Amino acid sequence: MAITLEGDVPIDSVASPPSRLDIAGDRTFRGLTYVFSWMTIFLVLYIVYEIAGKAFPAIQEYGFGFVTGTTWDANRGEFGVFPEIWGTLYSSILALMLGGFFGVSIAIFLTQDFLPPKLEVVFKNIVELLAAIPSVVYGLWGIYVVIPALRPTANWVHEHLGWIPFFETSLSGPGMLPAAMVLSIMILPTISAVSRDALCSVPHRLKEAAFGLGATRWEAILGVILPTSATGIFGALVLGFGRALGETMALAMLVGNSNQVSLSLFSPANTLAALLANNFPEAGKLEEGVLMYAALILMAITLLVNLVGTAIMNRAQRRLSGGER
Amino acid sequence: MSNQIEITHSFAGVDFPQLERSLRHPRTLVSSLLSLLTGFVTVVACVPLFSVLFMLIYRGGKRLSLSLFTQTPPSAFESGGGFGNAIVGTLTMVGIAALISVPFGVLAAVFLAEFGPKSKTASAVRFCAKLLTGFPSILAGVFAYAAVVLMTGSYSAPAGGVALSILMLPIVMLTAEESIKMVPHKMKEAAIGMGATQTQVVWRVTLPSAMPGMLTGVMLAVARASGETAPLLFTALNSNYWIMQDGNLALMEPTASLAVLIFNFSGVPFESQIELAWAAALVLVLIVLAVNIGGQVLSRKRVTR
Repeated sequence: MAITLEGDVPIDSVASPPSRLDIAGDRTFRGLTYVFSWMTIFLVLYIVYEIAGKAFPAIQEYGFGFVTGTTWDANRGEFGVFPEIWGTLYSSILALMLGGFFGVSIAIFLTQDFLPPKLEVVFKNIVELLAAIPSVVYGLWGIYVVIPALRPTANWVHEHLGWIPFFETSLSGPGMLPAAMVLSIMILPTISAVSRDALCSVPHRLKEAAFGLGATRWEAILGVILPTSATGIFGALVLGFGRALGETMALAMLVGNSNQVSLSLFSPANTLAALLANNFPEAGKLEEGVLMYAALILMAITLLVNLVGTAIMNRAQRRLSGGER
Repeated sequence: MSNQIEITHSFAGVDFPQLERSLRHPRTLVSSLLSLLTGFVTVVACVPLFSVLFMLIYRGGKRLSLSLFTQTPPSAFESGGGFGNAIVGTLTMVGIAALISVPFGVLAAVFLAEFGPKSKTASAVRFCAKLLTGFPSILAGVFAYAAVVLMTGSYSAPAGGVALSILMLPIVMLTAEESIKMVPHKMKEAAIGMGATQTQVVWRVTLPSAMPGMLTGVMLAVARASGETAPLLFTALNSNYWIMQDGNLALMEPTASLAVLIFNFSGVPFESQIELAWAAALVLVLIVLAVNIGGQVLSRKRVTR
């Protein structure tokens, strides 16, 4: 391009100082992006405000007794969500145990050079596809595949080991175990993906040092790699737990919507999210406010768990990027 | 074993059998068993996916025909029918959700990546976006019910769209931020050197270069939203009719969607409706997978200029 040393502006250059209009446009656009950023924060606050506001009359009326109450009877105006809170936590913990074991094992198997890289990618994609299936499809699959497949085994276990509280009822249809199993499949991709990241960020030299000292592959994994990435894996488990708590459709279809507190894996139960899904569409004015209260409790539990998970993940990132240990 | 004992004599202190890899040593045995266990677990974890896909093709494939896409759902004792209205409903609501969440998410992402990446506002916004990623979908429905359905006085497609947009927003925003950050600095600096304002740089250089990555994010968000049921249950409700009735767009009426149709028909005792639920599930999974794969293909075409 013809740039002259004397400083004349050549005619065929596109360079030019911004005009007033450009500057005005720039300010407006920057302002716009700033406003939309703030709107994200306001959106979160507005969601909390809206749900809490609609729940407020019910909070005033039922108070803390709502959390400990065990009956749900819209006709008599008696409401309590203790069974739902219990079911939410119980199903999520069961799903976390199953999904956590599977997810972390898969993450180890796919990061520690057990397979040729191409096969690793294939398996990684398959596990990620599990996350792409909509939860309502898992629910349908659970009703027509998982429950019929589990019933004979479950009833055999109940007959022979019925004295153990976990097996004290028989599985007649929907119940805690099929729901928790399907739930664990749904949180498995989250856990395995986040754990994979944690395992991959362990510096290579640590593993090589362990091998150099004569450690077997699993001595290196259990003694060096897992402890180093423990924070990240713990964060993965907490995030998976958060997902399990809020998951709705699979539970609404598989858990049985029965208001009871039971340790039994085979008895029907209910969760907060499933309660909302099943009762909200037909709720009257009174029940609606009470359901908002239940939604508020669910929101408090999941926000808390997600906050803890995010905090742990941030800590894990800071620690590994600093390269300590 | 005997010849090894001789060697041990000449290299006193070195335990040679211990250096050999043999399954008779407990440590190598444990190692191999654990390897087998994790391999087995990984294969087992793939079973549900194939079982789901098999059942979808086996039970849903039976009912696959053109009339599924042109007819409305049958009543309890009817056979036949389809779910054309539900497909249209799903597309409408996901479209509304995208119209809300894409401009919102991209504008906020531009601020996060370009104008104030290190500001306090930006970290607060990122934090809120991360919280929304883990936000239970049913609560998005509860919010849209309180904010839209109660305000407008009726279950409607826009209410469903608002609920879905809350779930799409964080995905769109965070992936857009990442892909804007990946645009090489020298490209932006070249434009600034020519006298362009930052806004012009964003519109003419950054956004076009970041487009493939942002589109991937949008596709992922669309895929997630199309499969969501919980946010639609009491915002869009369900309907047996087309959204276009006698040439009028019935936007403010209850609207059908594939996901809610599957949920409603999954628990009924009528064989024809159950079959329809499976066929709808097959169609829904095909849509979701197609959008997902489309997004993946786009993400491979990163900026190469």
